[in-house]
Amino acid sequence: MAGIVGYGAYVPIYRIKVEDIAKVWSEDAESIKKGLNIREKSVPGRDEDAATIAVEAARRAIQHADLEGTDMGAVYVGSESHPYAVKPTATVVAQAIEAGSRLMAADLEFACKAGTAGIQMVMGLVDSKMIKYGMAIGSDTSQGRPGDALEYTASAGGAAFILGGEKKDMIANITHTVSYTSDTPDFWRREGASFPSHGGRFTGEPGYFRHITGATKLLFEQTGFKPSDFDYAVFHQPNGKFPINVAAQLGFEMRQIEPGLMTPIIGNTYSGASMIGLASTLDVARPGQRIMVTSFGSGAGSDSFAIEVTENIDAKRDRIEPVREMVSKHKTYVDYSVYLKNRGSITKT
Amino acid sequence: MERASASLWRKIRSRYNLVGNECQNCNTPYFPQRVVCRKCGRNSKMVEKQFSGNGEIYSFTTVRVPPDTFKDEAPYFIGVIRLEEGPMVEGHVIDNGIAPKIGTKVRMQFRKMYVDGQEGLIYYSFKFEPL
Ligand SMILES: [Zn+2]
Repeated sequence: MAGIVGYGAYVPIYRIKVEDIAKVWSEDAESIKKGLNIREKSVPGRDEDAATIAVEAARRAIQHADLEGTDMGAVYVGSESHPYAVKPTATVVAQAIEAGSRLMAADLEFACKAGTAGIQMVMGLVDSKMIKYGMAIGSDTSQGRPGDALEYTASAGGAAFILGGEKKDMIANITHTVSYTSDTPDFWRREGASFPSHGGRFTGEPGYFRHITGATKLLFEQTGFKPSDFDYAVFHQPNGKFPINVAAQLGFEMRQIEPGLMTPIIGNTYSGASMIGLASTLDVARPGQRIMVTSFGSGAGSDSFAIEVTENIDAKRDRIEPVREMVSKHKTYVDYSVYLKNRGSITKT
Repeated sequence: MERASASLWRKIRSRYNLVGNECQNCNTPYFPQRVVCRKCGRNSKMVEKQFSGNGEIYSFTTVRVPPDTFKDEAPYFIGVIRLEEGPMVEGHVIDNGIAPKIGTKVRMQFRKMYVDGQEGLIYYSFKFEPL
């Protein structure tokens, strides 16, 4: 099947600490940090949106793959914060990587799993030989209603994956993928609404946990794999706690999910979350190792992937900055008022 | 607005990707593009060239009284960047906590330039990030 030829991630440099948000709402920062397992989250600059983040991730992926924009036969961008209601993000990205006009392109939306849905679509095009290479991106600048619990986690970031069908340039082979989908009212945002709404008790058990375990068990059933067959596992991470809990429920150990657990230090990057987690895991994975990824998007569904790392990974390793290094090296803290200004909540009159 | 979007569309490649050109007769690079090489005149052989986006700050200024378009951005930095390939380019310098100085190394990033109200277009462009 199709495999990963290159990848790149981008997280904006600005961060806000849980303490700075909790102070505004007179909440107890320590219990929030413990309860959500999150210390700080990324904040986009005033001049960043899901398109600029997608472009930065895409350019890094091109560099990592050592390809040209014109090598791409398809570009799909998954986001729940596309800058326009009508006008694709994918065309901005394609132009910014000089992909040319002979190109399939579209925007996708499926809450936090639109990016992994894009990976499956590109896999289909590559495996059917309709295209040689294609790019799938998950990118978001998600927003939480001020004072809502989501405000502590909703952050910004993205990752891009280039897929191809030739063994010689794959750094990892995607050996199997499945999805688990149902109509669940756990989280939504209507056209024109600035902030999402969530269905309270629907967000945990019937949403996240049911779909992640549903897809992961289906992957096990169809492949015969069990948790111990994988060196690493990456789950969607709306906070730092859920992925740890779902991993334990499924029989994975903490050491398997640790390399891809990024939410505690960058927040929930929505469509970017499981893909940034995979990128960060690939940064440390060695040839022959296996990675399992299960994303989750509210509404609701999960995509699960079994991935096997190839010997080509080491040769491409130094071409881009590892995700954890980028996140820890390029950061600057903002307080709540600058955070509001960056989000466009306060403007000069 | 129609005129604005037409002029945006023409400049998209240079604004997104620092696409300029170069004279193959004398290897002089230009940004923005020139129709004729300054040195070679009618012997010019102009070909398109994409610049790397790496360079250093040649000079910069802090804008405190901005045009209306950038009123929410002020104060912000505008710099003249000497690209590693040679040409000088004017552009926004991103405030990433590293104070710009003459000689500071920069790299290109893709950012929003400005947003035309609630209903208009979003204009994207290169900006420069101090390293
Ligand atoms: Zn010349």
